[in-house]
Amino acid sequence: MNIYVDNAATTKVSETAITAMLPYFNQVYGNPSSLHSAGQLAAESLLIARETVANILGCSPKEIIFTSGGSEANNQALLSAAEIGKKKNKKHIISSTIEHHSILHTLEKLKKQGFEITLLNAHKNGIIHPDELIASIRPDTIFVTIMYANNEIGSIQPIAELGKICQEHGILFHTDAVQAAGHIKIHVKKENIDMLSLSAHKFHGPKGIGILYAKHGIPLTNLIEGGAQERGKRAGTENLPAIIGMAAALQEAAKHIDKTAAKLIPLRDRLIEGLTEIPHTVLNGDPIQRLPNNIHVCFEGIEGESLLLLLNNKGIYASSGSACTSGSLDPSHVLLAIGQPHEIAHGSLRLSLSEENTIEEVESIIKITKESVTYLRGMSPIWKDLQEGKRNYVI
Amino acid sequence: MLYSKKVMDHFTNPRNVGTIEDADGIGEVGNAKCGDIMKIYLKIEDNIITDAKFNTFGCGSAIASSSMATELIKGKPIPEALQLTNKAVAEALDGLPAHKIHCSVLAEEAIKEAIKDYYNKNNITYNHTIFPDGTSCGHCL
Repeated sequence: MNIYVDNAATTKVSETAITAMLPYFNQVYGNPSSLHSAGQLAAESLLIARETVANILGCSPKEIIFTSGGSEANNQALLSAAEIGKKKNKKHIISSTIEHHSILHTLEKLKKQGFEITLLNAHKNGIIHPDELIASIRPDTIFVTIMYANNEIGSIQPIAELGKICQEHGILFHTDAVQAAGHIKIHVKKENIDMLSLSAHKFHGPKGIGILYAKHGIPLTNLIEGGAQERGKRAGTENLPAIIGMAAALQEAAKHIDKTAAKLIPLRDRLIEGLTEIPHTVLNGDPIQRLPNNIHVCFEGIEGESLLLLLNNKGIYASSGSACTSGSLDPSHVLLAIGQPHEIAHGSLRLSLSEENTIEEVESIIKITKESVTYLRGMSPIWKDLQEGKRNYVI
Repeated sequence: MLYSKKVMDHFTNPRNVGTIEDADGIGEVGNAKCGDIMKIYLKIEDNIITDAKFNTFGCGSAIASSSMATELIKGKPIPEALQLTNKAVAEALDGLPAHKIHCSVLAEEAIKEAIKDYYNKNNITYNHTIFPDGTSCGHCL
């Protein structure tokens, strides 16, 4: 029996989403841009899907752009902000050290174009302090982008407060809500969010579809030219089956959001309790301001990838912030940003739950992880040095 | 799968895990910052490696490389063990992904360090140029 606890990477598509999507492959298959009835039927469904997601996010359907996912939405948000900045002769952008690479790499690109970037440091618990945002604002600040919840350590940022600060200073505020959407309540207007990115496959929708919300009046820059779809801001025939699936999945997630959190939080907290019983283990991220499904820990003296392989051998599908899994050899930039030393950052484990996980699975994960950590420590020269006092424990 | 069946076999059932209390040569390479440390223990009699053990902190391919490398030198005369290349370790594992090649390099270097340690402890003169300096891992940072 396999235990899937990598829902921050991607989720299983829900039955509701699949059922909603199926007619759109071979029954309602018209192109929404076509004038004939088959096309217009598709256009109506597209409009309904747009209204559905807009209602959930608290915005107008006209403020929704369907994209290929979170990375595209993040890229478009930043590049649009850069164009606005160029026109207003403002070249300063504020973000944070713990953003997803679709933000950080795009910021690097903008830096080469002459933009000045300030990255706010997350505190030890993975949270960014609003005071530090205020302190970093300059007269030429055009844009602030701070993620809603972190993809590795699950910490939730004080988004409404950060949004309010930006509003008061007349600065555009974007949030990458890829990990938050469908898991915690988001209302863009109430939280002073000007732009927001999300991705369907993180809440049991299909892959390859996402949303960029942009408040009315914000001029967007196209990444893809060549058609009038999405108000002319994102060319290409709409991926209607995926859009329908995303709307169905988001609606279902929003409807059960409290119930799901009430089920997941005790499972999450039991995992945190059980795993941190292992000596020299630390929880990363805030214990309270945390996604209901995220557990992220570091074990001293072992390397994360070997732990993942052992768990995989036992049918537990988890993830790591560990370098070795990603093709890069540096440990997670998020763990380094919150002050974990390299050797600790290498020993990380991320578990991300879904409502399908059970308490029995949780107990099994705790037991198998304990055994695996003990086994790997048994062959680790670092652990031996720590035990013999030749090296000092960090955690 | 990222790894070959051979790598998974040597990761899941590593050969020669452990330490040798009265080892004749010990070699440690890598550093915690890079996420890989390999420590190899050798027992040497009449210029022949009679036993080899390892302790490794690292990813799956680092553990598999340590396991394979110790297997390849056990029972071999020292000059032959010194000929062991990282390429031979990687090939014996049916290949490693490109970004994991440094794991096989560490295995080669750990063995050379252990032999150097044996030479130093026994005042045996040797050609310094054939040994890595072993002070930094140099492969990942």
